[in-house]
Amino acid sequence: MRDAANPVENNDELSALKSELGTAVASAATIAALDDIRVSALGKKGRITDMMKTLGTLSPDERKARGAALNILKDDIASVIDARQKILSTAALSEKLARENIDITLSPRPQAEGRIHPISQTIDEIITIFASMGFVTAKGPDIENEYYNFEALNLPSSHPARDMQATFFLPEEAGTKYKTVLRTQTSPVQIRTMMEQKPPIRIIAPGRTYRCDYDQTHTPMFHQVEGLVIDEHSHMGHLKGCLLDFLREFFGIDDLPIRFRPSYFPFTEPSAEIDIGCKRSGGELKLGNYGDWLEIGGSGMVHPNVLRNCGIDPDKYQGFAFGMGIERIAMLKYGIPDLRTFFDADLRWLKHYGFMPLDIPNPAMKE
Amino acid sequence: MKFSLSWLKTHLDTNASLDEICERLTALGLEVEGVEDHGKKLAPFIIAEITEAIQHPNADRLRVCKVNTGTETLQVVCGAPNARAGIKVVLARPGDTMPDSGEVLKKGKIRDVESQGMLCAADELCIGSDHEGIIEIASDAPLGGSFAAFAGHNDAVIEINLTPNRPDCAGILGIARDLAASGMGTLKLPNTTPVTGVENSPIKIALDFPAGDKSCPLFVGRLIRNIKNQPSPEWLQRRLLSIGQKPISALVDITNFLTIDCNRPLHVFDAKKIKGNLRVRPAKGGETLAALNDKTYTLEQGMTVISDDTGVLSLGGIMGGTSSACGENTTDVFIEAAFFDPVRTALTGRALQINSDARYRFERGIDPAFTAPGIELATKMIWEICGGKDSIVGKIETAGTIPAPAAPITLNIKKCLKHTGINVSVAEQEKILTTLGFSVQKSGDALQVTQPTWRPDIAGAEDLVEEIVRVKGYDHLPVTSLNRPSAITQSAITLADLRISNARRALASAGLMEAVTWSFMPSTIADQFGGVSADMRLLNPISSDLDVMRPTILGNLIQAAKRNADRGFADASLFEIGPIFKNQTPQGQSIIATALRTGHTPRHWNTSTRAVDAYDAKADAITALAAAGAPTASLQITTDAPAHYHPGRSGVLRLGAAILAVFGEIHPSALNACDIAGPVVACEIYFDAIPAPRASSTAKTLLKLETLQPVSRDFAFVVDRGVTAAKLVQAIKAADKNFIRDINLFDVYEGDKIAADKKSLAVSVTLQPSDKSLTDADIEAIATKITASVTKATGAVLRG
Repeated sequence: MRDAANPVENNDELSALKSELGTAVASAATIAALDDIRVSALGKKGRITDMMKTLGTLSPDERKARGAALNILKDDIASVIDARQKILSTAALSEKLARENIDITLSPRPQAEGRIHPISQTIDEIITIFASMGFVTAKGPDIENEYYNFEALNLPSSHPARDMQATFFLPEEAGTKYKTVLRTQTSPVQIRTMMEQKPPIRIIAPGRTYRCDYDQTHTPMFHQVEGLVIDEHSHMGHLKGCLLDFLREFFGIDDLPIRFRPSYFPFTEPSAEIDIGCKRSGGELKLGNYGDWLEIGGSGMVHPNVLRNCGIDPDKYQGFAFGMGIERIAMLKYGIPDLRTFFDADLRWLKHYGFMPLDIPNPAMKE
Repeated sequence: MKFSLSWLKTHLDTNASLDEICERLTALGLEVEGVEDHGKKLAPFIIAEITEAIQHPNADRLRVCKVNTGTETLQVVCGAPNARAGIKVVLARPGDTMPDSGEVLKKGKIRDVESQGMLCAADELCIGSDHEGIIEIASDAPLGGSFAAFAGHNDAVIEINLTPNRPDCAGILGIARDLAASGMGTLKLPNTTPVTGVENSPIKIALDFPAGDKSCPLFVGRLIRNIKNQPSPEWLQRRLLSIGQKPISALVDITNFLTIDCNRPLHVFDAKKIKGNLRVRPAKGGETLAALNDKTYTLEQGMTVISDDTGVLSLGGIMGGTSSACGENTTDVFIEAAFFDPVRTALTGRALQINSDARYRFERGIDPAFTAPGIELATKMIWEICGGKDSIVGKIETAGTIPAPAAPITLNIKKCLKHTGINVSVAEQEKILTTLGFSVQKSGDALQVTQPTWRPDIAGAEDLVEEIVRVKGYDHLPVTSLNRPSAITQSAITLADLRISNARRALASAGLMEAVTWSFMPSTIADQFGGVSADMRLLNPISSDLDVMRPTILGNLIQAAKRNADRGFADASLFEIGPIFKNQTPQGQSIIATALRTGHTPRHWNTSTRAVDAYDAKADAITALAAAGAPTASLQITTDAPAHYHPGRSGVLRLGAAILAVFGEIHPSALNACDIAGPVVACEIYFDAIPAPRASSTAKTLLKLETLQPVSRDFAFVVDRGVTAAKLVQAIKAADKNFIRDINLFDVYEGDKIAADKKSLAVSVTLQPSDKSLTDADIEAIATKITASVTKATGAVLRG
């Protein structure tokens, strides 16, 4: 049935050509074959182009009618070819992509992985928590003299407690009043801070400390963090609250219990040792509210003699100090069994116990 | 400090259990370190009788015993030579835990014969060292009864960790007093009523010190004659044995007993060995003493000695001498009880390195008022144990006086609450102090408190606060969170700290492992890195290979790399951020970063492996500096790295005179000395040299985005090998100030296509037009200027 309105369909010659070209396009298997058809039909010497060229020989009316018919035929054929082209190029691309597959299980170009040492990570965590309580970090030298490390801390040279801390000595200049020592504790930072600034004071001081001792549970160098709060009202209850808040946050245990035990440090009075709750079973230690206790640090109200030594009036100001071993709390938190391995720089250990470079403690995250 | 529960109960009337006592001791500050409950450990073991013992069919040394427990008869195979019918023995049954090994006994067969238990030797029950045979018990022992109860082995031994401020608790009496004050029972004081002496002492005592020297303010003595030194009675031996002290002879055991019992060290001279009178005085330098520990000491001037006409007999408060020591033939004794000054005792003990029970107590401070009572206690014990019908007790000889008591302390009744947050009523404050032996008088808002003579540690009101709260209980401490500051007034860390922290994270991101190594170093290694001055040598190093404070981190990291290489990991990337030490002043100690790489980059299917080189170290240096806020674009580079670097493969990154970092290959001699195979490259970053940021506006300079496209031109210059890339780039930069935006040196060639002493450097120069596009002629003009500038500066020619 012919479509009377379509001049191509009304024309036997043109409809035959359209049908022939349509068949050829449909059977073109490659873009090249399709291009050949395009040239043979629509190219400069193509069949439809040739027919267009003969239009000039026709009368105006005939020319108008045939011209319209030829243009329709030309557009029809062009669109058929374009459609076929899309199909063929999609197929060609798919085939090309199918050939281009790689072994995606091969390793990418190496990017070495570094780690942060657990001591650095732990110090960052400590600072982050105490910063939220308004503490500022303070520092002091590792090479100290006996005045800052002992005397000013209410530990005169005859004091029996001096023998408790195996001290490293360096030669001092002749005529120097105080011997040169490696600090046995971070407490001299208390003295240096109180001599330099007036209350209110709220500092923590993490750092290296040294004692002449080397066995399974002691290394000649280790790290401590010292805390000091001096103002007009802070008492032992604040000390307990401050440490409870810190320890719960640090260990990420909301109901971690804390116990204060009377003890003795020359630079605090009253003094307390700090225990946290734990259980021990089958050689394993687990922190939490289990009834057993584990010592974790020392603390107390700053001794008035220490305040006086730093020019602070003990009748007006009071406060507390505390100290903890950084390796110890790191070992507890991260399950690291042996203190001595911290300082061995064993690559296997660093990779296993170390932290990813961007694992930065963030105060917006709770432990 | 060790003591047994039964010994404690001689001073404390209490119904409290062992657990309650231990818990309270810790709560009082007398931390219990360990408890050996012999009664509990030995509870399973019962008394049984061997009714038959026949030879084991398969073993010469074993016997098969029938053992009657009173309720049943068991078969037990036993190897002890004394296992025989008719004796009573200690039986362990299957399921019992053996005290020595901690293992649970099981039923079993020994050489094919069933054994239903074990007959115990003393060592297996941890009550002695005997393993020759099994324990034989008296024949009247009840069959099936508890061995521990029958033999008196049901005591518990408690060990407390005594803090240096509590000398009073170096005596069991003091421990009992603390417990009594906290409501754990009633204190029982020893009977110190004086024994009347019947004869005047032929031995006189003189204190002979310069005026003002308080080394020995009081010395009391007594002669007892015609006694017999012999082994101590069993109760005394058992007391000493229970805390691990070996009984020696009655006279020695009595002094040891009183030292432990009531913290009263005594010395007993053999009176017949004393020539003339006793003189307590400072030693003259160079005197010697053959001490009771079989060592001879040369004394320094000022040490307190007790001497007679012949010379030094004893070191006051520390140790006696052999010349006047008691032995088994001693019949006359002179008992000494004195008060020796704590500081003098500590200094002498430390100088001579003598640790004795006496020194421990005197240097912490004993009760000066208990000097004469101590003599009375000793007299009674010697009288009872060594005395006879001919024994004669002499009159007490005293030189000096009890030191004046300390002045009363004023304690504001609100101080306890203000310092601890615990509200203790005034009545309770008074009661606690009184039961501890303080005398208390209330006046207005304060208590006037006099400390007992046995508490030299109490010096101020804060000490009294501690006494009150530790007896009240630290569990009463409130938990009060610190008030948060209302506004942040100061950063928690300094900018310098932040920069170091950022450098740390950046180096780890660059693939390096962070290490923490000793602040010490072997001097032999330090010498490879510039060495140390004499004041950095430890006087008492922990070992000869950790003998100096490190002047560099590098040596430690190289040693660490070597340890890893020895474990099979030769490719190490390590860094450390920590202190190095130049001198003893605080300024001589600075924090630096050191990063080190050894071996090769990883093998990979797509990327070829290569040895680490100085450019890796340079990259690490720049990474760390950039993270630490250094203006890396402005850095200059020079070739004057320290001598431990390869002279031709190292550099210094600086800003003018300030050295921010050094980097390069480590010198082969240093590697040799560290016994590590190369290549090893490293960088050292000096944070202190990084300039502080200029305090300016937080706003950045305005960014101008050009609309016209940049164009690039490549140049290849042939230059002498010695011409540096930096020089070439500098010359290009100098050629034009308006258009050159970027210079990228992308190829370096040395080889047979050019002359041997030359190299080719290829550079891509990016030109950025601003107002109008560059014409070919414009570009050509700039290229000509570039070539001219480079040629002038370096003698380069364009590569044809």
